[in-house]
Amino acid sequence: MSAATNVCIIGIGIHPFGRTDGVSGLDQGAHAVRAALADAGVAWGDVQFAYGGSDAAGNPDTMVDRLGLTGMQFINVRNGCATGGSALFSAQMAIRSGEFELGLAVGFDKHPRGAFNALPAEYNLPEWYGAAGYMVTTQFFAAKIMRYMHLYGISRRTLGLVAQKAFANGVHAPHAWRREEVALDTILNAPMVSDPFTKYMFCSPGEGGVALVLASEKKARELGIRPIHLAAATMRTRPPASFEVFAPSIEIGGGVNTATRLAAAAAFEKAGIGPGEIDLAQLQDTEAGAEIMHMAENGFCADGDQEQWIAEGRTAIGGGLPVNTDGGCLACGEPIGASGLRQVYENAVQLRGLGGGRQVPGAPRTAYSHVYGAPGVSAVTILHT
Amino acid sequence: MPDAPLHLMGGRHRQTGRVTFPYPGDGPGAEFDPVALPTRGTVWSYTIQRFRPKTPPYAGPEAFEPWALAYVELPGAVIVEARLVGVDLDAIRIGMAVELTRVALDPAAQDPFWLPAFCPEAAQ
Repeated sequence: MSAATNVCIIGIGIHPFGRTDGVSGLDQGAHAVRAALADAGVAWGDVQFAYGGSDAAGNPDTMVDRLGLTGMQFINVRNGCATGGSALFSAQMAIRSGEFELGLAVGFDKHPRGAFNALPAEYNLPEWYGAAGYMVTTQFFAAKIMRYMHLYGISRRTLGLVAQKAFANGVHAPHAWRREEVALDTILNAPMVSDPFTKYMFCSPGEGGVALVLASEKKARELGIRPIHLAAATMRTRPPASFEVFAPSIEIGGGVNTATRLAAAAAFEKAGIGPGEIDLAQLQDTEAGAEIMHMAENGFCADGDQEQWIAEGRTAIGGGLPVNTDGGCLACGEPIGASGLRQVYENAVQLRGLGGGRQVPGAPRTAYSHVYGAPGVSAVTILHT
Repeated sequence: MPDAPLHLMGGRHRQTGRVTFPYPGDGPGAEFDPVALPTRGTVWSYTIQRFRPKTPPYAGPEAFEPWALAYVELPGAVIVEARLVGVDLDAIRIGMAVELTRVALDPAAQDPFWLPAFCPEAAQ
């Protein structure tokens, strides 16, 4: 591939995740854009295009009101939990194709408190499915890990260790929502939400905004910026016989193939590297079990290895493959439109060596991100210095 | 218990034979034939719903008691999602043998809305 079509991240910006009363989701997105532009040292007027994603906080393109009416191209993306990843995929394609040289991927959201409130018609499901109380994402994640624990000998304690690590990492991430450590016993003995998960093992819908300035490698060089390369950005939907959110039935023998496996395989192929060459990873941790299962689905370990990996601290900051270095969704919450871009933001921070108390040691050179969500969508990115 | 024997209606894909639940219907472009699903199976996985789901869409009673939700493997057909009843919440195990029954969404309702459910074979 010629240098002109390689895509780089040249600026990153974030609005802290959590709850920010009085600031709209859109304004959190605009805040992140301003921060990303300042980080890159470019002006809003230099931005040729943007892809913006939000699930529940309004039309992203309306932020041109706040940022300046330059007439630039701004396309909205709304793709469930893969919204941020889809915005990033689209933005890098716009550069890779040669159409543009510099643009933005931005995502933000602001969800009400409590579990996501999905309606059956939005997911092509019958009304009775919702009336019965099955439009609850936590049920899926709980049933999926319950089977996984049964098949592969993962203990409840290991679920607790994943949550404990998330909160410990979040302490050092200024953008995280939960920034206090939680003791393992507290996590394990807290009220059960959906067995086997206690309340500390689930992330909460929240608020936040993230923006990434992308440029062609040629443009980055002209600007004198030391870029981070976007080696791959993929998004996939579910294959046959998968087990996904809001599934009234599963094929016999199903639950093995997933959208995540497809997105991961495509990303590794595109980047031309393997899972063993990744220095750190952000993996969708809607709850503590998801991180465990996604370690295997993304190709980082075999099913069942996680029990030992986590006991040995291999996914902690100083381990062989640090996972969710900013505390992931468990510590940051999940504003859908921003969540996948937060992972890429965190990876860029780590590759620049600016992670402070959560910095992965040894100057990491490659970083991986993965989102997953309803109704069986996944998006992956691979960055390298 | 109802008078007539219960069964769940699934759909069998005309080309691949893949079985799905619920029956997708016979609208334009329909690719599935209706098929009665086996009434006995085993628990494939489960969880306990410990908080009252949001309304809408949940139409259960205001007063909430935790209930068990299972995926039940019906041999040779499909794995279906349904309530699990007639068993202590702590006694549910993956692999336990269950059979089809039904449960009222609101047990206090005059004319209740019935949901598919499974219960341990021995409990019926």
